[in-house]
Amino acid sequence: MSDSAASPQVLIAGNPNCGKSTLFNALSGGSARVGNYPGVTIDRTSARIRLGGREIELVDIPGMYSLTASSPEEQLAVNALLEADTRAVICVVDATTLERGLYLALQLIESGVPVIVALNMMDSAERLGLRIDTERLTRLFGSPVVPVVATKRQGLDALLVALEKQLGPTAGGEKPTVAYPSKLEADIENLIPIIADWRAKTAPGQLRVFALWCLLSLGEDSLRGVSDTVREAVRETREAALAEGRNPDLEIIGSRYAWIDEAVGQACSVRQRQLSWSERIDRVLTHPIAGLLVFGVVMFGVFEALFAGAEPFIGGIERFTGFVQEQAAKILPAGVLQDLVVEGVIAGVGNVIVFAPQILMLFLFIGFLEDSGYLARVAFVIDRVMKGVGLHGKAFVPLLSGFACAVPAVMATRTIERRRDRLVTMLALPLMSCSARLPVYILVVGTVFAGQSLGWFSAGAIALFSMYTLSVLVTLVAAAIIRRTVLPGPAPTFVLEMPPYRWPSAQILWINAWRRLRIFLVDAGTIILAMTILLWALLSFPKSAEVTEHFAVERERMAQMGLSETETAEAIESLEAQEAADQLANSLGGRFGHAIEPALRPIGFDWQIGVGIIGAFAAREVFISTLGVVFGIGEADEENKPLRQALRDARHADGALVMTPLSGISLMVFFLLACQCMSTIAVVRRESGSWKWPLFLFSYMTVLAYIASFAVYQGGQLLGFG
Amino acid sequence: MKVSLADLPLGQHAEIKSIECERRLSRRLMEMGLLPGTRVRVVRVAPLGDPIELRVRNYSLSVRRAEAGKIAVIPEATV
Repeated sequence: MSDSAASPQVLIAGNPNCGKSTLFNALSGGSARVGNYPGVTIDRTSARIRLGGREIELVDIPGMYSLTASSPEEQLAVNALLEADTRAVICVVDATTLERGLYLALQLIESGVPVIVALNMMDSAERLGLRIDTERLTRLFGSPVVPVVATKRQGLDALLVALEKQLGPTAGGEKPTVAYPSKLEADIENLIPIIADWRAKTAPGQLRVFALWCLLSLGEDSLRGVSDTVREAVRETREAALAEGRNPDLEIIGSRYAWIDEAVGQACSVRQRQLSWSERIDRVLTHPIAGLLVFGVVMFGVFEALFAGAEPFIGGIERFTGFVQEQAAKILPAGVLQDLVVEGVIAGVGNVIVFAPQILMLFLFIGFLEDSGYLARVAFVIDRVMKGVGLHGKAFVPLLSGFACAVPAVMATRTIERRRDRLVTMLALPLMSCSARLPVYILVVGTVFAGQSLGWFSAGAIALFSMYTLSVLVTLVAAAIIRRTVLPGPAPTFVLEMPPYRWPSAQILWINAWRRLRIFLVDAGTIILAMTILLWALLSFPKSAEVTEHFAVERERMAQMGLSETETAEAIESLEAQEAADQLANSLGGRFGHAIEPALRPIGFDWQIGVGIIGAFAAREVFISTLGVVFGIGEADEENKPLRQALRDARHADGALVMTPLSGISLMVFFLLACQCMSTIAVVRRESGSWKWPLFLFSYMTVLAYIASFAVYQGGQLLGFG
Repeated sequence: MKVSLADLPLGQHAEIKSIECERRLSRRLMEMGLLPGTRVRVVRVAPLGDPIELRVRNYSLSVRRAEAGKIAVIPEATV
């Protein structure tokens, strides 16, 4: 597989929802590899298949309605087409939306590359009473039009035969020529010499294609690699045309559709058209009352699966990681190597795979919603709410998933089409109060609000409810602000196809969820593993020989005291916990905690909580176990009574209590708002394609958290609380 | 009087007259087959009143009211 450039490349293109991926999977037998397109964060799914004695590479390119581009992501398809090793394109057209699919096919054919049109969903078209004469279409388009039903694997053989023919030396039939208005033809002629300068290597016949593409694509775009001369020429041409009252966009697109409408009129006839069952379902699912009800139930299902459904699996993975750590500790001699393997490497791998259940579940769910067509309805139903903060209706599912865990939620943003909208969602959703924050809230509430109540409600319940409400508000406000400041631009437009309902294929759901998981494990996983090891080192080194010596002496003393066996064991355990606490205090992380204490005092924390916050960067709930070590308690969870007591007893140097209700609230607010999660950073790095965005995310959330905690603590004190 | 898609009663067929929104969007709509002369009708309104769902060229497309307001139409004479 080393000679990747050797095999000819065949692209599979098509509208969204046309069954393109189903066809790709049917042709490739699920043997796809997922890579990345250079420069953009779009997966490149490809597979090698054998065709007529040679190997070809099938590439599933993202769904699109046309080749017109205004962003680097959209440009990708155009670039893929022009790559020298692209030998043919299979254009998948949904037979039930023939004209729209053929618009893309016509553009592809115009571009000069050999095209095979796979007319998919012929069975649905027949049920709708559409009769399509594919032979006639083949003649009109000068390219083979093959009827297929990808879900039932019908017509694949004929498709491959047609593909093999197209890859051969003999070209297909006569290519269609769209008649454009004469003034537009003159514009094209004027542009060709300028484009010829820009693309010296392009064949003369192709220049016309480029001229059309530039006229339609350039202007207010963010395309890369287009020369300024061409830009300027296109701008002048467009302005001149507009001044004459002509609209070049309309002229180009209108002429193409006119050609298609003519062709479809010749090759297609409609018998009695019936109300499809899809429309009947929609009467219920988008009904004002029933629709909202179903929406609520489905979203609750997603939420429940992520929250409760994944829980046993997560617990299992955590227990398994613990078990492996124990075994490794038994095998390896005590020392730095053992610590590195147990606390660094194994813990790091555990930190990665612990996300697997939620990622798989969320993507199986989203896959089901997307492939069944309901995801578009989710966006349809909830868009009104999302629009208010400048988000797309499709941002709802990722945001909701953020309540469970930001990691799968960030990955779920890829259902949002435009990069800008995706980024805004990705940067706001880590503010949703995820399930890893809950143990921290519970520890704090149990420490400072134990047994207190306000009227009918316990103080703890009010505190928790406030945290969740605050998180939703802050997320929405942050999204609105990010949209207006950091990522300004037109509000997301909502032009969304509502595909007919279809029953998704379990195999494809599984293949896609598995692919997503594998990408996470490889790309984000390596970052998480590295950060776990780094964090371990930060909290373990340098080792103080003094402390080691001191506790060795203590142990010696203990052994000579003549205590009973259980008493000795207890005493040793307590000594070890104390030693761990002293070593941690001496480590880089511990020293850092001390160093930042002056900054932590104004928000109500001391250095010990500071160390906990540093440890919590591995994952928020690690805050608790780190505090357990800091306070010399050993292993602790959020219900741990000695830890709560130790927190209640903790005092600042001046003798004031550290944990008051006020500093407790401050701590919860800090955890709610701060990006205390390296896995989120890693996954945002993967999904945004650069370090710039995760760094921005971390910075703005930390600053926000600090300011909010400062306001809570200082404001509260001014008002006489605490 | 100018009639836009947003004013169209549910189920009423109409013919698109012109699309006058921002270029990126009008280009997108045109490429999805919404051109002057194309038949269109509003089939559904979202439970919260916005967006609306159109039926055009045998498929369904949802757009926000704000955008639909920029698509001028000629309602077909009701029989």
